Amino acid sequence: MSSRTDFSSGFQPAFDRVRTIVEARAGERQTPIVPPGNVAGRALVITVAIMTFLASLTIGAVSLVSKTAAEWQNDISREITVQVIPREGLDMDAALSSVEEVARATSGVTAAARLTDSATSRLLEPWLGGDLSLDELPVPRLVVVSIDAGAPPDFDALRTRLQSEVPEARLDDHRAWVSRLVAMASAMILTGIGVLVLVLVATTLTVVFATRGAMAGNKQIVEVLHFVGARSEFIAAQFQTHFLRMGLIGALFGGSAAVVLFWMMGLWTESNQARPEADQISALFGSFAIGWSGYLGVAFVIVLVGGLTALTSRFTVVRQLSLIDMLSPVEN
Amino acid sequence: MIRFDQVGLRYDAGEEILSDLDFEIRKQSFQFLTGPSGAGKTSLLRMLFLALKPTRGSISMLGRDVATLSRRDLPSIRRRIGVVFQDFRLLDHMTTFENVALPLRVRGRSEASYRQDVVDLIEWVGLGARMNAYPATMSGGEKQRAAIARALIDQPDILLADEPTGNVDPPMARRLLRLFLELNRTGTAVVIATHDFGLMDQIGARRLVLGEGRLVIQD
Repeated sequence: MSSRTDFSSGFQPAFDRVRTIVEARAGERQTPIVPPGNVAGRALVITVAIMTFLASLTIGAVSLVSKTAAEWQNDISREITVQVIPREGLDMDAALSSVEEVARATSGVTAAARLTDSATSRLLEPWLGGDLSLDELPVPRLVVVSIDAGAPPDFDALRTRLQSEVPEARLDDHRAWVSRLVAMASAMILTGIGVLVLVLVATTLTVVFATRGAMAGNKQIVEVLHFVGARSEFIAAQFQTHFLRMGLIGALFGGSAAVVLFWMMGLWTESNQARPEADQISALFGSFAIGWSGYLGVAFVIVLVGGLTALTSRFTVVRQLSLIDMLSPVEN
Repeated sequence: MIRFDQVGLRYDAGEEILSDLDFEIRKQSFQFLTGPSGAGKTSLLRMLFLALKPTRGSISMLGRDVATLSRRDLPSIRRRIGVVFQDFRLLDHMTTFENVALPLRVRGRSEASYRQDVVDLIEWVGLGARMNAYPATMSGGEKQRAAIARALIDQPDILLADEPTGNVDPPMARRLLRLFLELNRTGTAVVIATHDFGLMDQIGARRLVLGEGRLVIQD
């Protein structure tokens, strides 16, 4: 017991000094002209946070889809296939070797390799069963040709040369597939941008109306400041600063939550790569990283929402002041 | 200081509620503005405070013709006019000290430069013990005195008070009247809008009596 008394009395002077300093600082700080927190203010912060979260999610999703679509396009344009159709009396091995040689001899081709029997069997297994014998069935065979995406070969010349060497060879440069994929990816990106525009418009309107709602409770403060001789700029600045802070706090919460969600999804897909659900997501979206454009977009939304909140409060003050002065002698 | 010449006022397309107002409020003068309810006292006060324009006639305010004033000129003229509203209009989240200091704060002055003046004025209106009280905890009379102190803090040329004794008991009303008289002795012109004849009978001050839209002056 005595040691406890000694302990507190030993620290008491230091504690008192700290308390004096804190109280002195608190005394120096003036009460803000716009009261810091009320129900309408808290509702505004929550609304802003939710809308920023949704807008950031949309931006992240659009950025992810556009990045993934670009990757699909790249992957597919790095490979072409040559199909050799079986015919009575055709030496398939010799035909495949000829195709490989012609392909390798073409500039712009980095590798050419036939799909092995086992790989071909695996490819056909879902349709033809596991005990497939390629010798018994006239199955077309494939040669996978890797090409230099930066300097691709002349596909028409390659096709002509292949057909002159092996008439049963059919070159498939995946052009139809790629163009369909590009069209689909573009449609997805366009849809994403459309959704993003709608979400941003909805965010703008929600933020504007929530700010105006929060401002309604401050009408008396605007009037009092006006009648004690405050200039319009002073009054507008008070509210603008206050609402900018509230808008930024809400937007930072919402934007950060979206970034954290993307980050956690990335972690989850990485740590569950072997599992089918994660594999599915990885197959679709790769690493599930939204990239710098996504983060930049989220930062843009945060700044936009903060700015909107501040500007709306400013316009509301200016409108309220003009209504107070509507009947003033100088209104003519 | 303030001069009304043939001033008339009507709202929208209705009949004039105030007609042919001709009067002057001189420096350091003291007057009551009175009349029955609905006679237009508040409208006249609003014209005196540049919140309402006359539909005819002219008003000269502190040496300026108000018809020539721009919106930007208004704050500097309003700063020379102190107003006490019937409903006080104190800010609920501020203490007595902060409410009284508000006019100086919005003029950009530092708290150190006005702290003592504000404390002295709050003590002068008898609220020294309520310096850090919030309006929600104050009585009607205390709020009224805080509102008066706020109107006086920047030493206005004229004080306009709308029913300043409407929410207080007779002893407090007498105390407030003494406050206005003392203020008037220090050089501020005072206009008190009231229909409290008991209050007006206590001193033989000039009366501006509104009735049926016209003004009669009883010196």
